[in-house]
Amino acid sequence: MRSRHRIWAYGDHVNTDVIFPGKFTYSVQHDPAALASHALEDLDPTFASSVRLGDVIVAGRNWGNGSSREQAVTCLLACGLRAIIAESFARIYYRNAINNGLLALTCPGVSVLAQTGLELALDLEAGELEIGGQTLQFAPLPPSVRHIVAAGGLISYLQAGAGKQEGGG
Amino acid sequence: MGASFSQKVLARNVGRAQVQPGEVLDVTPDVVLSHDNSAAIIRIFRQLPQKELRYPERLAITLDHAVPPPTPQHAQNHAEIRRFVAEQGIQQFFEMGRGICHQVHCEEGVVGPGMILLGADSHSPHCGWLGAFGAGVGRTEVAALWATGQLWLRVPETLRITLTGRLAPGVMSKDLALQLIGRLGADGANYMAVEFDGPGTVTLSADMRAALVNMMAEMGAKNAFIAPDDLTWRWLETQLQRSRPDDWQERLSMFREQAILPDADAVGTQQLDMALDDVVPVVSCPHRVDNTEPVTALTGTRVDLAFIGTCTNGRLEDLAAAAEVVRGHRLRARLLVIPASSQVLADALAAGYLADLIEAGASIGTPGCGPCMGVHAGVLAPGEVCISSANRNFRGRMGQREAEIYLANPAVVAASAVAGEIVHPADLLAWE
Ligand code: SF4
Repeated sequence: MRSRHRIWAYGDHVNTDVIFPGKFTYSVQHDPAALASHALEDLDPTFASSVRLGDVIVAGRNWGNGSSREQAVTCLLACGLRAIIAESFARIYYRNAINNGLLALTCPGVSVLAQTGLELALDLEAGELEIGGQTLQFAPLPPSVRHIVAAGGLISYLQAGAGKQEGGG
Repeated sequence: MGASFSQKVLARNVGRAQVQPGEVLDVTPDVVLSHDNSAAIIRIFRQLPQKELRYPERLAITLDHAVPPPTPQHAQNHAEIRRFVAEQGIQQFFEMGRGICHQVHCEEGVVGPGMILLGADSHSPHCGWLGAFGAGVGRTEVAALWATGQLWLRVPETLRITLTGRLAPGVMSKDLALQLIGRLGADGANYMAVEFDGPGTVTLSADMRAALVNMMAEMGAKNAFIAPDDLTWRWLETQLQRSRPDDWQERLSMFREQAILPDADAVGTQQLDMALDDVVPVVSCPHRVDNTEPVTALTGTRVDLAFIGTCTNGRLEDLAAAAEVVRGHRLRARLLVIPASSQVLADALAAGYLADLIEAGASIGTPGCGPCMGVHAGVLAPGEVCISSANRNFRGRMGQREAEIYLANPAVVAASAVAGEIVHPADLLAWE
């Protein structure tokens, strides 16, 4: 099944300090509105006010490097972001995304095609996305990771009585 | 066919003879690290069906990120953590002012050779300088670890970096780290284990090793490692006698039994050689750690604040290097010095380094993270320029988007405080 999403495009090596500023890490923790209001504050000040439910971020290499703060994931969930599609992810960010139920897809070549404001079509089952008439493949998530994402994150997964957590990141 | 340290330590943990890079294992770590973020982790933990901590003795909680608490809300977080620690009978708890978790764990023998630490902090690889396996994870995962004791981990590929030669006087392991990151990039070792070996590694002091391993997080490394050698064992013996007078011998024997060395013919390993003699003092320019230049290329850049501290370069040798540089000078820029632990603070006081720094005009902060992550205690104003001995110069990192952060070794930071602009310590005399 295909779904359509508006793109926010960013470059390589976007770190978690610019995704969610360190100065708020102990004061803004759970309130979705407050989390959403600081999303990408030091990267793109227009993002938080204009992002819409179902939008996606397309990024270059090493998205989410730096601090392990989980708000760098949850602030984007709070914005209603559907997915982050990147050339590659920093490893702790990737884990945090999976564990909080944010779809993180690794798709080589995607950042060259993406532009802020364009749309992309996403087909999760087929492992395909399309931007401006060009189709790209991405590797499907490993089954165990898919289960965590499908449950809405690691906590819901454990609450649902899963014996143990596994994954493949 | 041999295996890297990381493969061996993970294989032993899951009771297998060997494991291959790329395999996903359920690992049971020996230490689970958290800090001020424990308040958030407690809230996640309370949502889980498991109400008991699986291994309370494996938790290690340090109050270090916002100490003393700058706002009532931070104080409230700390109070919640203290209540939890008391309720659950957690023994490995370190109060505000004791120091930064990574440094405190090494000083207190919480972590040592052959152990596995997972932590809700991205510099958890730090303990690898003692021959341990340390990796960062998220808060949610730490809550799950508290409850179940286990977490999935992918066995990393290994980047082996063989060091030869010796650092020239005035050059520090920070320069080596920055040069490596500049060369390989901020994701040069993403998902990988970085394992140092070779005759050059042996020449590095304990503090230099700690700084080097700590910085590998900025290259994306999952963990980093230096094999324990004579120096490591001497350091541990002295340190454990000091911090654990009652059980230091047992602890040391445990570390000796658990220590793991990599095989020389480890498979799945990339190899990089580096001559320490070629390393020169470098600076990371805003706003990327891999944006490196030789110090000499930046001479004359204005500096408002010079900051010496953090888990990267807030140890005794770092303070000694800074004191040496500022002795007898008056500062033209503000200099903020925050020792990485109370032990470093006490030792720097006894050695007279603090007197030198204070005499020159430095301010001294409570051991902890200070302004490193922009929460408090020395954050920047718009338009200000900071040179820092920390590990990250990302935009906004020190609390202000419109500020610039340069990273350097502590001697360069101190020299720049004296000059009010970036300068190589060797040029300080000529400059005046
Ligand atoms: S000193 Fe800085 S990098 Fe180190 S643990 Fe504290 S905030 Fe993190």
